Amino acid sequence: MQTTRRELAPGVNLRCVHTNKFKSAYLSVTMMLPLEAEQASLNALLPYVLRRGTRKHPDLEALSAALDELYGGAIEPMVRKRGETQCVGLVAGFLDDKYALDGRPILEPAAALVGEILLNPFTRDGVFCPEYTAGERANLIDRIRSQINDKRTYAVQRLTQEMCRYENFGVDRLGDETSAAAITPESLWARYQELLAQAEFEVYYCGCAQPERVEQALRQALAPLLAREPGELLYADCEIRTNAVEVNTVEESMDVTQGKLAMGFRTGGNAVWEEDYPALLLCNAVFGGTTLSKLFLNVREKLSLCYYASSMLEKMKGVILVSSGIEFDKYQEARDEILHQLEEIRQGRIEDWELEGARRTVISGYRSYLDNQGQLEDFWLGQAAAGLDTEIEELTSRLEGVTASQVAAAAQKLELDTVYFLKGVEG
Amino acid sequence: MELLQFPRAGEKIFHEVLENGLNVFVFPKPEFQKSYAFFATRYGGMDTRFCLNGQWQDTPAGIAHYLEHKMFDTQEGNALQDLAANGASPNAFTSNAITGYYFECTEKFEENLKILLSFVSVPWFTPESVAKEQGIIGQEIGMIEDDPNWQVYQNLTKAMYHTHPIRTSVAGTVESISHITDKTLYDCHKAFYDPANMVLCAAGDLDLETVCAAAREILPKTPGPIADRDYGGQEPEQVSRNQIEISMEVSTPIFQLGFKGDAPAQGEAGLRQSLLGELACEALLGTSSPLYARLYREGLINKSFYYDYETEPGCSFLCAGGESRDPEAVRAAVLEESERLVREGVDCKLWERIKKGCYGNRMRSLNSFENLCVTQAQSFFREERFLDFPQIYESLTVQDVQGLLERWVVPSRTALSIVRPKGGETA
Repeated sequence: MQTTRRELAPGVNLRCVHTNKFKSAYLSVTMMLPLEAEQASLNALLPYVLRRGTRKHPDLEALSAALDELYGGAIEPMVRKRGETQCVGLVAGFLDDKYALDGRPILEPAAALVGEILLNPFTRDGVFCPEYTAGERANLIDRIRSQINDKRTYAVQRLTQEMCRYENFGVDRLGDETSAAAITPESLWARYQELLAQAEFEVYYCGCAQPERVEQALRQALAPLLAREPGELLYADCEIRTNAVEVNTVEESMDVTQGKLAMGFRTGGNAVWEEDYPALLLCNAVFGGTTLSKLFLNVREKLSLCYYASSMLEKMKGVILVSSGIEFDKYQEARDEILHQLEEIRQGRIEDWELEGARRTVISGYRSYLDNQGQLEDFWLGQAAAGLDTEIEELTSRLEGVTASQVAAAAQKLELDTVYFLKGVEG
Repeated sequence: MELLQFPRAGEKIFHEVLENGLNVFVFPKPEFQKSYAFFATRYGGMDTRFCLNGQWQDTPAGIAHYLEHKMFDTQEGNALQDLAANGASPNAFTSNAITGYYFECTEKFEENLKILLSFVSVPWFTPESVAKEQGIIGQEIGMIEDDPNWQVYQNLTKAMYHTHPIRTSVAGTVESISHITDKTLYDCHKAFYDPANMVLCAAGDLDLETVCAAAREILPKTPGPIADRDYGGQEPEQVSRNQIEISMEVSTPIFQLGFKGDAPAQGEAGLRQSLLGELACEALLGTSSPLYARLYREGLINKSFYYDYETEPGCSFLCAGGESRDPEAVRAAVLEESERLVREGVDCKLWERIKKGCYGNRMRSLNSFENLCVTQAQSFFREERFLDFPQIYESLTVQDVQGLLERWVVPSRTALSIVRPKGGETA
């Protein structure tokens, strides 16, 4: 496996992972945008409307037929949030050339179709077609509303909103319902033109084709974009607040049978760029990142205080989010116990098997990205958002050197910022 | 030892049957970092009534799933922790027909495999540990009962089937699991966790000898008796009820539509029916079908729409679902379209395209070790060779698909399950 990165044009970069081990090729084109409340819904809607039709393939039926001809290839709109970067674009998966039934190459027509969807949309009166815009706007609103259906992610999302309500990180990757409802074919078209001129594009390929051939295919597929006038580009930053001011507790009620308790911590400024970031990664793993973690083994298994309890690290934002499902009347007990487990780490009460287990799990997780095209793409997208070029092998070797006292030091810097509790309706 | 070659699918499998009756399959994958092992028994949520040594037993709904949870307990502690300590990610699932235990790792495969084989084959329950699990599983049941997607599926099976045990939830209910004791768990383990009723599949940079040597060392040396099971009486072709509705906290109505199929045969006929069922879904409501485009355009379905062919021992059905403002209109449109396809025939170009698409999708799904191993295990229990799919696709005709639609997609075989928002539909 060999990874290269080259500039196709100013603000358009191609990362190429060459490997023969998969039966498919993976391709993505992503705009790296600043996450902002005013623009988030507009940005998020764009790839969905683009995916509805092109000048040559004007509707879904025609696009699906073109994809079926490419052996059931998939091109999907994708909206992700990495720190305070909103990553908006298309991800595509295609059959590898060697399994084509008629021996004709798949990469070139596949790349061309991605480029066509991105750069040559179906229009009406010089802007996006009103029907597609309205349909996808309704779908976006449904998608925003339906986030409430999965209470586990909903609780974490509400926690993030409350905790970062004065930071861009509090903005949801899909934006909000009110601004989504205000989008018109004209406003979306205007935003599209701005983004074509000013967005940074991250292009990614993983598969068996040689980088030169991939570059050639993409230069052709993205030609109009690569020829754009050079100008100032949109720049996505990430604000890091090192400390919590005071603990903010938010409680909400809904008709549910299981309560959700979510807790957000600031990491004291530690994030993916820092020297002691590997210690923070392992700190999160020891705390609640694995089935060997203190939250899983103690809060769930030993004390049966909850059905699940885990933590995750937002590596660019310097935030750790704990998520758990509990009986309503266990709120105080569970909250105390979660904090108690963190205190144990701060005090350095970390058994060898806990640290080694966490280390093996995190390292193994990173290594297995190399075996999964989707995960590998997501890893490199995260690196692009952070402006890093570090390869997986380098990260794993840094993790090998972390000691228990470094993990405790990372834990000592964690500060509880916000608690969110979703409980049942009383009576 | 036997080498099974599937040149058209680009796969090969080493196969061995051990003295104790266990079938072992290994996919050699020299270029990959990770290895994967899947150890499964032909025992799932459906198998509540069985006969061992001449004696029929009725066990509580949810017992296979309960047993799965308890298997991780060992006399020394918990196998999850032993595996996690090596950086392996272990897990398990219980479906209607099988219970499978697996791990993925990048280090110490042999050691991890022995841990897996050991905890699955050596039961260790005490009345206390069984009682304690009732709280945890009760929580899990509470959580899935809050999930509208689970409700809509479970209700669909109840509407479609009169007596078939697919109607019973795999996890059971809080009431049913309260009857589970350590004795019933030991009985079920004895009845179904015999090597002769199990299969072991592995993928990675591995050789068959290593895998077999571990199995010979850890598992019983000789086969035991295999239990008979009872899946209820003969199912009529018609559904039990045409429609079933409940209300929950959701934003838009969620629905699932089912078309009751024929009980699948063992062997190649069953695999043919699976491939045909998938193609029938594509022709009728796939993303490149005329109906899908129309429903999407009219706002009757959105991106959450999905469709599939599902099969379990003794039953099979086509299903489609997602969010919709008007599920009844979706049902009417699908039935009407099926009638049209039977009357006018499936368009030849569409047929060639969807065959190409399904072939490519199946091929790409072989990237996943989990998919390879789990599908191989299921295929083995069904006496199928799933990697023969490229040849079978070639032999399927448009008349086969029309015949299936004519028999299955008719009002008497149709059931609709809906979860509506509480307090009426939102605007």
